[in-house]
Amino acid sequence: MIQQTAAQMADALAKGETTSVELTQAHLDRIAAVDGQVKAFLHVDSEGALAQAKDVDARRKSGEKLSPIAGVPLALKDVLAQKGVPTTAGSKILQGWRPPYDSTVVSKLKDAGVVIMGKTNMDEFAMGSSTENSGYGPTFNPWDLTRTPGGSSGGSAAAVSAFEAPLAVGSDTGGSIRQPAALTGIVGVRPTYGAVSRFGLIAYSSSLDQAGPFGRTVLDTALLHEVMAGHDPKDATSINAPLPAVVAAAKSGDVKGMKIGVIKQLQGEGYQKGVQRRFDESLQVLAGLGAEIIEVDCPSFEYALAAYYLIAPSECSSNLARFDAMRYGLRTGDVDGASAEAVMSATRDAGFGREVKRRIILGTYALSSGYYDAYYGSAQKIRTLIIQDYAKAFTQADVLVSPTAPTTAYKIGEKVDDPMAMYLGDVATIPVNLAGICGMSLPAGLADEDNLPVGFQIMAPAMQDQRLYQAGAALEAALLSKWGAPILSKAPALGGK
Amino acid sequence: MTLPTYDEVIAKWDPVLGLEVHVELNTNSKMFCSCATEFGAEPNTQTCPVCLALPGALPVVNEKAIESTILIGLALNCKIAPYSRFARKNYFYPDMPKNFQISQYDEPICFDGYVDVEIDTEDGPKQFRIEIERVHMEEDTGKSLHVGGATGRIHGANYSLLDYNRAGIPLVEIVTKIVPGTGKYAPEVAKAYVAELRDILRGLKVSDVKMEQGSLRCDANVSLKPIGSDVLGTRSETKNVNSLRSVERAIRGEMIRHAELLNDGKKVKQETRHFQEDTGLTRSGRSKEQAEDYRYFPDPDLVPVTPAAEWIEELSATLPERPSLRRKRIKEEWNVPDKEMQAMINADVLDIVEATVLLGADPTKARTWWLGEISRIANDQNVAIADLAITPADVAELVALVAAGELTDKLARQVVEGVIAGEGKPSEVVAKRGIKVVNDDGALMAAIEKVCAEQAETAEKVRGGHLPAAGALIGAVMKETKGQADAARVRELLLGHLGAQ
Repeated sequence: MIQQTAAQMADALAKGETTSVELTQAHLDRIAAVDGQVKAFLHVDSEGALAQAKDVDARRKSGEKLSPIAGVPLALKDVLAQKGVPTTAGSKILQGWRPPYDSTVVSKLKDAGVVIMGKTNMDEFAMGSSTENSGYGPTFNPWDLTRTPGGSSGGSAAAVSAFEAPLAVGSDTGGSIRQPAALTGIVGVRPTYGAVSRFGLIAYSSSLDQAGPFGRTVLDTALLHEVMAGHDPKDATSINAPLPAVVAAAKSGDVKGMKIGVIKQLQGEGYQKGVQRRFDESLQVLAGLGAEIIEVDCPSFEYALAAYYLIAPSECSSNLARFDAMRYGLRTGDVDGASAEAVMSATRDAGFGREVKRRIILGTYALSSGYYDAYYGSAQKIRTLIIQDYAKAFTQADVLVSPTAPTTAYKIGEKVDDPMAMYLGDVATIPVNLAGICGMSLPAGLADEDNLPVGFQIMAPAMQDQRLYQAGAALEAALLSKWGAPILSKAPALGGK
Repeated sequence: MTLPTYDEVIAKWDPVLGLEVHVELNTNSKMFCSCATEFGAEPNTQTCPVCLALPGALPVVNEKAIESTILIGLALNCKIAPYSRFARKNYFYPDMPKNFQISQYDEPICFDGYVDVEIDTEDGPKQFRIEIERVHMEEDTGKSLHVGGATGRIHGANYSLLDYNRAGIPLVEIVTKIVPGTGKYAPEVAKAYVAELRDILRGLKVSDVKMEQGSLRCDANVSLKPIGSDVLGTRSETKNVNSLRSVERAIRGEMIRHAELLNDGKKVKQETRHFQEDTGLTRSGRSKEQAEDYRYFPDPDLVPVTPAAEWIEELSATLPERPSLRRKRIKEEWNVPDKEMQAMINADVLDIVEATVLLGADPTKARTWWLGEISRIANDQNVAIADLAITPADVAELVALVAAGELTDKLARQVVEGVIAGEGKPSEVVAKRGIKVVNDDGALMAAIEKVCAEQAETAEKVRGGHLPAAGALIGAVMKETKGQADAARVRELLLGHLGAQ
């Protein structure tokens, strides 16, 4: 049962062939069996999940009209506040905190009858690309337990890849949904900035953060996308406009006559050979389906990484100031006679990990008087240039494409002491965040040299998210018929060994 | 070393002012969340995830606060920016939940305005134009209560309690350009400016403008330069100035303190100082080793403020009459003497008197009631006039009853008491208490005869032409008739009776 797609599960629920309680229990059993190896979850809320499942079963029985994925279980990245459930953002500084409120995404999931099974591991405050920066230890890639699942939403991606959950929610500030999706062989979408409410999403970098869906198929991802997205008056940056019809696009999946632009700057040198090969093959498949493949030039992308590592740390240095031991979370150094300042300092020293401190220091410096123009100011200018590059490219092409990540999953510990090498892994995903547009990663096959999943990235203009699904579904169908079986069927078995 | 006198200071030095006024808006909800803003609630009962800065919470701008700020800008003759942004001012302090304050930095919503103020001088009224640099929006912080230690200050306290009810209350900051050329009138001009601002804001109904509750707070920047010099001196910034009188005292005190230092060849330190109500002096605030770097940057959680030109025009059309012009108009229309006008302003009864006049009362009568009997009762009960249970309509009715001869002034005072005691409208009090003017000459004559018999000696004096003695008899008759007689009629009858006319 757990091998099915979310769409199939939803169908079985609708037909009364199974119940949400049964489905949820099967996934909880799977979690119990394999999560000791994968470590995708920081907290499993079995009781809460079964209660939600029971409730949605009762609603279905009473004839209530339910959302298309009502009763389907889901894994939630620990960056989203869920009332009464431990929420840490992967940080020791929030250990034990139980939010008194639901994030808007959680409210929407609950309203839709989606069963939230637990909170998944992540790089602390979503800062990282391997989940190794979690304050609670790393998550392991189900394809090879010595490797990272990517990050920062590594726990969510691994949970879906390991069949612990058919759906998961992640967040993507510089690639944190698309890159782990690529590294674990699943589908992940970063929606247009402002399409999904950030209310209750613990902020890393406010102007770049966006929550989004993970699934094992393009359609599953669309089904979750539709539930999560929508205008929210509690988020000033939320877009008040009708949602693109992503589910309909995922069902139609057609690229005939579509112009697909390959970004010159996001391929070739620096990309693993097997990654580039799967990418090129996918382009041929798309061309075979009637798409027109062209090359586009985005010269400013060269500076995207530098701009990102000024803007995101700047915003985080301010966003994370609230973790001060005064109102919630960790408090250390509160000895007799200690000043508030000393307690704040001791708590932040003990509660934040190295990468978080690194970025806070970097951002504090970049915003300092005398440096602001040179760093934060210049980064904002680059951001504008990247937006202009995209705008021009989208006059030539309907969607843009690139490999999602330059490499397949790397070994745990391999890059942990070399931040620059780790940062370079986000080179292809970061421009989307800087421009506030949308992007998808879907599996393009396995790299020849290591038999690990390769991600194919599709990018579309703001509020044109349906184009991702339209192109993605077409490519997915063509690749599936070529392979004969879903890519995850090639992953090694977990548990019970 | 003795302090120079004020006259000595102004003989040598020319003061330059700069005033920053913080106004708490009276919106129903906070600047960035829907929490209530009522003053004096139990600590931490008016808070939510947003104003407590819980992880994940986001601010959303209160539209009403923007409207109020634009109104203030318009009333201060400012330009309204078609595009302005909120910025984050970053610094750590326990009473500020996010450890940054959302404020406006280099892009304020209103800028380049002015206010004209007038002060009385020995040479007659003198006008000064105070130029406004900017009006911008921000949020208030919470409040810290430092417990233990001698001073109630953080230094030496055993622990501190935090109340976040005030955190996120909308604040508007009104900043003047430097104010030169006020000379010896500097303290008075500053006071007049703050008073004018207070009146303007009250007229706009955007703030309670209660300095004692902190809904209007003034920071006064003062520096001195030698008379005739173009070079500005070093300024001090005095905070905690919580009354109009304190504004005047703080500036005067700082001018003297600066002059003393400068006369001695010492330097004025650029610092924040705190005004002390009891001594009228300022004390040095926590001295900072280096200037704080607030690392301002545009708040990425908020979108730019872009008020439509039509909206600004609409708001502009709703602006009330400027308080100074209104006072001038009222003074002329009602023909009020200077002293009486000042008394009305000081007692803060202009609005209520005008409302009474608009209901048909004679301006002089209306003014006399509010400023006299009603003020006296308010004083006795130690409450504000506006809080008494008597309305302009009641006073208008009262004035009409007296004019119609149905009440004497004395009886009317009893009616006022009744209205304030909650016995109803004036007509109801009259009915309930059975108050009425005794118009029956027969009854009056009986009382007059009785009194003249009792006080035969006095009556004899009056009869002999000593009219001032009649007062005692009239008083006695009034007493006999329980004050319900018309004193003029009593006098007439009495004098006739005694053949003294």
